[in-house]
Amino acid sequence: MIATQRVTDSLIIVAILLAVWQGLNLMVGDTALPGPAATLAYLAHLVPSARFAENALATLAAFTYALVIAYGLGLAIGVWLGAHHLSGAVGEPLLVALYSIPKITLYPVILLIFGLGISGKVAFGALHGILPVALLTMSAIRNIPPVYLKVARTLHLSKWQTIFAVFFPATLPEVVAGLRIGFTVTLLGVLLAEMFASKRGLGFLIINAMSLAQSEEMLTVAIMLFVFAVLANSLLLWMEHRLHRRN
Amino acid sequence: MSRVGVIRLIVVIAAIGLLELACRLGFIDYRTIIPPSEMTTVLVRLLASGELNSDIARTFGVVVIAVAISIVLGFALGLLIHAVPRVRRALDPLLATYYAVPIFIFYPVMVAIFGLSIIPIVLIGIAAAAVAMIIATLNGLDRVPRVLTKVARVHRMGPLDTALRLKLPAAAPHLFTGVKLAVSYGFIAVIASEFILAPAGLGRAIADAYSDFNNRKMYALILLLLVFATCMNMALHAWDLRWSARRGVRPQ
Amino acid sequence: MTGPDSGGEVHARLLGVTRIFPGATGQQPVHALGPVDLELRRGEFFAVVGPSGCGKSTLLEILAGLQSPTSGTVTFEGQPVTADVPDGIGVVFQEDASFPWLTVWDNAAFGLRRAGAPEAEVSRSVNDALAFMGLQDFARAYPSQLSGGMRQRVCIARTLVLQPRLILLDEPFGALDAQTRLLMGDEVLRLWRRTSATVLLITHALDEAAMLSDRIGAMSARPGRFMDIVETRWPRERDSTIVSETSFGEITGRLWENLRGESIKSLGHSGAGPA
Ligand SMILES: Nc1ncnc2c1ncn2[C@@H]1O[C@H](COP(=O)(O)OP(=O)(O)OP(=O)(O)O)[C@@H](O)[C@H]1O
Ligand SMILES: [Mg+2]
Repeated sequence: MIATQRVTDSLIIVAILLAVWQGLNLMVGDTALPGPAATLAYLAHLVPSARFAENALATLAAFTYALVIAYGLGLAIGVWLGAHHLSGAVGEPLLVALYSIPKITLYPVILLIFGLGISGKVAFGALHGILPVALLTMSAIRNIPPVYLKVARTLHLSKWQTIFAVFFPATLPEVVAGLRIGFTVTLLGVLLAEMFASKRGLGFLIINAMSLAQSEEMLTVAIMLFVFAVLANSLLLWMEHRLHRRN
Repeated sequence: MSRVGVIRLIVVIAAIGLLELACRLGFIDYRTIIPPSEMTTVLVRLLASGELNSDIARTFGVVVIAVAISIVLGFALGLLIHAVPRVRRALDPLLATYYAVPIFIFYPVMVAIFGLSIIPIVLIGIAAAAVAMIIATLNGLDRVPRVLTKVARVHRMGPLDTALRLKLPAAAPHLFTGVKLAVSYGFIAVIASEFILAPAGLGRAIADAYSDFNNRKMYALILLLLVFATCMNMALHAWDLRWSARRGVRPQ
Repeated sequence: MTGPDSGGEVHARLLGVTRIFPGATGQQPVHALGPVDLELRRGEFFAVVGPSGCGKSTLLEILAGLQSPTSGTVTFEGQPVTADVPDGIGVVFQEDASFPWLTVWDNAAFGLRRAGAPEAEVSRSVNDALAFMGLQDFARAYPSQLSGGMRQRVCIARTLVLQPRLILLDEPFGALDAQTRLLMGDEVLRLWRRTSATVLLITHALDEAAMLSDRIGAMSARPGRFMDIVETRWPRERDSTIVSETSFGEITGRLWENLRGESIKSLGHSGAGPA
């Protein structure tokens, strides 16, 4: 009963958002903001096209590389700072400070170092993703209750047994949370890079559509990105909840 | 200063020193990165000349407006949503995924609607900052002990009075986390918007310096923003520590 | 249950009060309390004892107007108590309810300031209440710098300054060690004598109830009802030294006789021993 009510409530919210969109459309006109129906029609036409596939693939490729680098480096740094007490104490405030600066200001530097191609996008995406992954991994390792390690010792577990049977499961939920946030900000980084300077990718499509005043295309791409981000995040969130419930 | 603090300082100084050395010895191309000492001198000169004043005023003005609106709006909406559990339940999934969407992709849409004024930038700043404040408010209100609302009833306080004199201070540590995030997100969104498309502002100035191949100015401006962001975070952090120490709670 | 022979004006009255919590979806409703009849006489010190979960806090909140009874009526000073807390009732809760964002002094001043009292009067009453609770040296401290017992005293001071005519105390010293509780008991007695308010004290400590009260209501396991009301007949001038009197032992003995079976019941293993 509660579940059906929840579904209806969510549908009501979607309906309200659509109504607001339609209302804005009526206020500002079709050129500035096309309505939901026109956008949907355009979406059905753009998404199967080769142009969309090409740009989506470019974004996906850059995003995948960036994500692999962000996860690899982030986990490595996080494990190091979490396991080595002094490094962690020294490094944490520095990472937090780096995390909260507007990284977009560093993009010209990335461009000067890596150039305009895919490597610049990858580097900028990874730059966004490394820090949250590292910070949450570090805190996950630090938050392992010491009593677990005492138990492992009284059970005479070997070093590797301790790592696989105690460390890994105990830190997993928080690490997954870090991976989820890392996913989000890496995607943001790649898109920002494409919006500022690139000739390919979905970020480029949005900016290009804006300069050509093609509002339908701009909205369509934004909506596709929106849907992708929401789906991926829901999947990761679902994993996180399952892990938390287990613990 | 503690031993850890000393080591941290040494690490930072060593990193800057290494960069300086690498630039001066030619390991890093002058066209890629200029030495930190030069960034500093150029920045000091730019600041002294006053040519940055209007950009600085514009950017910080926009950030302050967007963040101030976000904090008030976020708290008010948080209170309202919290008061109606059904709305809360319906909105929860939306709030949980909100920051998964690079909300910034809607900036061009806003420009298309409102034109190239400060309105789209302020709106994107609010879109980035206000939801953090809503989430923090809900978190804080969830953790206001039930017994405190009973105290409010014993003192026969009205709903508004209860919200402002009891819930607001009781939830303050969480609200402060929201404020910190709102400041940070708002700042990032404003700079990014200026960077991509805006008539003026510090973000715009960096992008212009980049396309003019004016590296010296570009690095000076980047340094300015980094120093400013770091100082702001340290100030907020110190403030948070003072408050929490007094109330005997761990900072978030 | 209160005998009609016992004199004194009725200050507050519960008549046929029950409280049934509607169960969560898929769960049975919880019959937490009653039916309960109770008459508090003006100026008396009444203690309620009973096993954990028997509905003591529920009883207190209904009396204060914080919860509505499922059935039955509540009156205070002749007026029905409905959804609001009537003027003249002060409550000290089981949990720590001091405001962590205010100093001890500002905590105590909270109610008076809200009532718009002139600052001179606020300052006089607060200083007085803090001195009375032995907190004058901590006026500028924050609750986080105090022990649990001191925080409860802050809450009592916050209640006292409003000069309530009926003071409801819900296990105010639940977290304290036995010796400190005895001393805190003396303070509550002092408070009661000085304010000449009616006091309803909830406790699960039989000795505390026996030492402090004029009358003690012993409640059954959930749904809580009064099984017995014991009259102590202590003089108004009394303190913790009465624990050595013979009648003190008789009173606690009688209370325990009533409560032993109920406490076992509320523990959940009914077959654990002879009731
Ligand atoms: N809001 C509520 N919803 C459902 N059940 C409740 C609620 N509040 C209390 N109860 C139930 O009512 C019963 C009585 O609760 P109450 O808090 O009055 O007990 P108590 O006598 O004060 O216990 P203690 O000595 O542990 O403080 C308990 O079984 C409790 O589970
Ligand atoms: Mg209770």
